[in-house]
Amino acid sequence: MAETGNGKKEDADYKRLQSFPLIRHTDMPEEMRVETMELCVTACEKFASNNESAAKMIKESMDKKFGSSWHVVIGEGFGFEVSHEVKNLLYMFFGGSLAVCVWKCS
Amino acid sequence: MSVPHKVGSVKSKQVSSFVMQDEEEGLDTAEGEEWMQGKTLVKPPDQLDLTEAELNEEITRVLKASNPNAPQNVVRYSFKEGCYKPIVFVDQMAIHFELEGNLVHKDSDEGRRLMAKQAEVDDGGGDERPDNVSIKAGKREQKLTNQFNFNERASQTLNNAPRDISCQTEPPPRANFSATANQWEIYDFYVEELQRRVKSKEKHEGQFLNKEEDKSKKKMIQAETQNDDIYQLAKVVKIIERMVNQNIFDDVAQDFMYFEDASDEFRGEKGTLLPLWTFQYDKAKSLSVTALCWNHKYNDLFAVGLGSHEFTQQGGGMLLFYTLKNPSYPEFIFNTASGVMCLDIHEHLSYLVAVGLYDGCVAVYNLKKKTDQPIYNSRASSGKHTSAVMQVKWQKDDLDSNHNFISVSADGRVVSWTLVKHELVFTDIIKLPVIDTIPDDLKDVIPTVGTSLDFHKQKDYSFLVGTEHGKIHKGSKYYSSKFLEKYDAHFMNVTRVRWNPFHPDVFISCGWDWMVKIWDQTMKSPVFTFELKTSVTDVAWAPYSSTVFAAVTTDGKVHVFDLNINKYEALCQQKVVSKKTKLFNIEFNPVHPIIIVGDDRGHVTSLKLSPNLRKKPKEKKGQDLPKGPEVEIAKMEQLLSSLR
Repeated sequence: MAETGNGKKEDADYKRLQSFPLIRHTDMPEEMRVETMELCVTACEKFASNNESAAKMIKESMDKKFGSSWHVVIGEGFGFEVSHEVKNLLYMFFGGSLAVCVWKCS
Repeated sequence: MSVPHKVGSVKSKQVSSFVMQDEEEGLDTAEGEEWMQGKTLVKPPDQLDLTEAELNEEITRVLKASNPNAPQNVVRYSFKEGCYKPIVFVDQMAIHFELEGNLVHKDSDEGRRLMAKQAEVDDGGGDERPDNVSIKAGKREQKLTNQFNFNERASQTLNNAPRDISCQTEPPPRANFSATANQWEIYDFYVEELQRRVKSKEKHEGQFLNKEEDKSKKKMIQAETQNDDIYQLAKVVKIIERMVNQNIFDDVAQDFMYFEDASDEFRGEKGTLLPLWTFQYDKAKSLSVTALCWNHKYNDLFAVGLGSHEFTQQGGGMLLFYTLKNPSYPEFIFNTASGVMCLDIHEHLSYLVAVGLYDGCVAVYNLKKKTDQPIYNSRASSGKHTSAVMQVKWQKDDLDSNHNFISVSADGRVVSWTLVKHELVFTDIIKLPVIDTIPDDLKDVIPTVGTSLDFHKQKDYSFLVGTEHGKIHKGSKYYSSKFLEKYDAHFMNVTRVRWNPFHPDVFISCGWDWMVKIWDQTMKSPVFTFELKTSVTDVAWAPYSSTVFAAVTTDGKVHVFDLNINKYEALCQQKVVSKKTKLFNIEFNPVHPIIIVGDDRGHVTSLKLSPNLRKKPKEKKGQDLPKGPEVEIAKMEQLLSSLR
């Protein structure tokens, strides 16, 4: 886990080591947060090549579970500014390069 | 085409001419009869010319029941066989006249209906018959009412005008959030996270030896970093608080552990008390310390009961727990409805604390529980004391393994309380005898105030009770009717009576009459008597020696005695608190050489005993230093025998 090392090997290494899901910012309550995070991980793993389907799956599940209406963005490079209902935002990283932002705003 | 014919059927054309002829002949004859003369036959122009012979020929006519207009042979197409088939039987009926009648059979449906209608009309409103009839007629029958006897009336109430009301709830609160998701941001964040984890791993590796524990702790940490941080902080904050306190009171802590007053060697027998920490709590400023007790399991934890000794100044009370590790703030705080007068911590279960209050209640607190309330309270139970509870002491668990404790109170009763499930069950042990000066009829009303209670260390059925009148009674749990012995100890209130921790026969008592007296339970008069210049409020034996004890007085002084060294004088008489502060309680720590004293300002001061006060008997050359309780007993015995 030392940061200094061979370049390419290190890259590959870190991708493998850092592929755990990591929450960057959230204001969700505990239970909701855990459930949402797991859902995101499942979706991203299932649709590893297709962000749109993954986002669709997440959004539909969230709508069913927690009410409408949810918005999901998955990608590797984007900036955003959103208005969200308080206690309904999750912004997390996954797989070393993927960022997922889930928020609710009707 | 049925032509109404008269009876008789006419058949052939042949006959028709004859009919005509006949008619003619008839006519003729009729006319002929009248007109006898003219026998001229008028022949119609188209009449058949027949010969006479033919005219006389007899033609028979037959009357048949067959319809001449009906066809003789009828052929029908049969779809089944696909060809025309003749029908043999041809209908021969000819209807000449038809009339439809209006007669109905009385048993048929229509007949019954008609009869019902008629019956109704006949009666005109009788209840029974129409019902019967209607039952007969069937359920679908509606009750027909005539317009003369029955009248329909309808009206409409006022309908309130409809109103439209609409309301909009406030939408759930919203917030804005913005961020950027770049590869480098993600990378940076992951790197940070890993660093954090490495650090916490190192921290825990340092603390735990077991590797397996390590792994489970790592998992815990991973999970906990996502939890609420506040509860995580509580433990950490506590440790930091203690560390800060230790830093602040560093010199005190060093003294506590290591300082031994070197000047003691030069002082001969005398010793000193070194003040260590002072424990005080803001909210307890108006209260005075009424009880102190060390915890047996955790030697740095002690309990302080706060209340008021004055009858006139009664307010709330508090129960505080301090630890030597944190002198600035109590570990546990409990507020009580009335002043605490006494407390005792269970010997084995150090989380159970029994408290006696000024209003006569006893309560049991469980330190393990997070609540502020006692787990048992005698407030509601019968048998509770009617006056202040002066002393409580835990006993060994009874036969049912229930915890129990004994209390003595100002109403003169010694009561045993058992913790059964959710309540306190009381049992009267004994009632303090009323003194002789009180007249008989008032004996029940004016109780003897019991002020102190102590149980023998070895024979725990034997106990001593001190009273307000200066008497000490020795009793036993097995005799509930009277006491075994009575000692005339003091002239005034006995504030404390205690058995010697080592010697089975010796106990000490102190009172407001300025005296401290040491007794042998077999003798009626005290073995030693000491006069201190003011009221003595508390006295305690040292746990490490059978001949050392300390007393506190209302002038703020602590007196320490060692009978082995000096039988007449105190080894140390030191004022430990500021002017006009009275000391009320003193307790020796079971392990460390310190004492705590409580005063009437609500402060508890801890003092360290200098070496002179803790002396063990001098070792003789070549001999091992004897230790243990036998030695102590022997010491005491020696002393006593010298006096007898």
